[in-house]
Amino acid sequence: MGEKPDKSSAPWVWGLLLPYIALLWLPFYNAKEPAIGGFPFFYWYQFAWVPLTSLLIYLVYRKVK
Amino acid sequence: MSTDQINWTALVVFILFFALVTVLGFVAARWKAGDLSQLHEWGLGGRRFGTIITWFLVGGDFYTAYTVIAVPALVYAVGAYGFFALPYTIIVYPLVFLVMPRLWAVCQRHQYVTGADFIHGRYGSAWLALAVALTGLLATMPYIALQLVGMQVVIGALGLGGEGIWGELPLIIAFVILAVYTYASGLRAPAMIAFVKDVMIYIVVIAAIAIIPLQLGGYGAVFDAADKAFQAKGSGGLILAPGQFVPFATLALGSAFAAFMYPHTMTGVLSSSSGDVVRKNAMLLPAYTVLLGLIAMLGYMGIAAGITVKSPTQIVPALFLKIFPDWFVGFSFAAIAIGALVPAAIMSIGAANLFTRNVWRTFVNPNITPQAEAASAKLVSLIVKFGALVFIVALPTQFAIDLQLLGGVWILQTFPAIVLGLYKARLRPQALLLGWAVGMVLGTWLASLTGLKPVYPLVIGGATYPVYIGVIAGAVNIVVSVVASALFGVLGLGHGSDQTQPEDYQLTKAS
Repeated sequence: MGEKPDKSSAPWVWGLLLPYIALLWLPFYNAKEPAIGGFPFFYWYQFAWVPLTSLLIYLVYRKVK
Repeated sequence: MSTDQINWTALVVFILFFALVTVLGFVAARWKAGDLSQLHEWGLGGRRFGTIITWFLVGGDFYTAYTVIAVPALVYAVGAYGFFALPYTIIVYPLVFLVMPRLWAVCQRHQYVTGADFIHGRYGSAWLALAVALTGLLATMPYIALQLVGMQVVIGALGLGGEGIWGELPLIIAFVILAVYTYASGLRAPAMIAFVKDVMIYIVVIAAIAIIPLQLGGYGAVFDAADKAFQAKGSGGLILAPGQFVPFATLALGSAFAAFMYPHTMTGVLSSSSGDVVRKNAMLLPAYTVLLGLIAMLGYMGIAAGITVKSPTQIVPALFLKIFPDWFVGFSFAAIAIGALVPAAIMSIGAANLFTRNVWRTFVNPNITPQAEAASAKLVSLIVKFGALVFIVALPTQFAIDLQLLGGVWILQTFPAIVLGLYKARLRPQALLLGWAVGMVLGTWLASLTGLKPVYPLVIGGATYPVYIGVIAGAVNIVVSVVASALFGVLGLGHGSDQTQPEDYQLTKAS
């Protein structure tokens, strides 16, 4: 079709699947311990994935830019 | 209406901020000035919004006033299950990062104003575009109504609520103000107000999460109190029961897939000045997710503070009234009420764009001038908002909540046509229309079977899994679309004409 190779389908884009696996598979984090600063594991784990996801997107962004 | 329950200090601060925002709404018309008699100027802000404005705009319309009220309410009532909002608003961003810049690029190149415009161009089918447009309209109406619920809750907590038309008057006044400045300024109004609203919400939440746990003995004590309350109640908890894993995960996944199919979120994306702005926002918008998680914590703080309310939706206002001084209560409530205006405005603009482009221009008046197009959208934005107002004043609140739930299931049915359409695999429009119809009917039917609960108990191999209905209907939709497309191919049906070129979807360096 004369299409330029679509950079967004490059292999490291698959890294963006990590948050899906980490957050949708509940046995990974459905626990109260270890707690940090009063926050049960269930909560700080989810909070931790917010900056981690931003970071992952940033890394992929650097590659596709 | 008795005046002795009114919290005057809070009310004065509330009105002050509301007035400030009203002035901003009208000033907005002149901001980054454009010819507001053109639809893309009125309805997309001229596609001129950079990274920061887009961040405020999308943040302002994705994380709504209803969120501030409803998420803590759910956490207050059931605990951990209510936290599905957090995974949902995390996993949505990798998707936004990959998909939305492509949509932005093709829409910018072909001057598409709506998602349905793209569908029309990509598949050459006015009917598929109509299906996408009507789904968007249908899903948006109750969403606007829910913003009013958010506003109603804080107005009631100020002591202004009450029965009858007088009780509804403050809400009606607030909404008329909103309607008039959206009419005059278009998307620029909520974009400008979103800035004020978000700063206010950030201040409120930071104050709440810093001050409230201090009064309650720290976060450990807050979680402990909530844990004890759930054990005493015999339901809910700080972590999920194993039976909640599948509904929690599928609700998060389905909601994430649905989130940017809504006309208002899509409008936010399309008003960006470049695809790169969209990508950067996928990286930066999760900051709001932290905020949302902290807001969700307010539900537990309500339990720890020993507050009991008639309806869980009153928990946040009740908590603020108990903990904050009056003037800050007024500030917080203004933040929530203004937080309702921003999404309500963008939703009505998104709906107006859809109606004007994909219903009116396509089916009624193809020769419409650009000026008449913008005029029509302005008028429709008024009608949509007043429809939502009548909805809330005349019908029980539960009706709007139920319909909003269905709205999520419905909007998800536009995902296959829009997202698959952005990639090489171009299914046949007739097949996508069939898949959409099957998904809509199946989703609505399953929801009616469960009494409008979001999950349906699916029996697979003898075991029962409660799965989010949107995900079930969406999966069936995709299967039907793919299979039917192949079948129609065998039968010799065409693909329909495609206006777009593969390179239209790429972000070039220059953009």
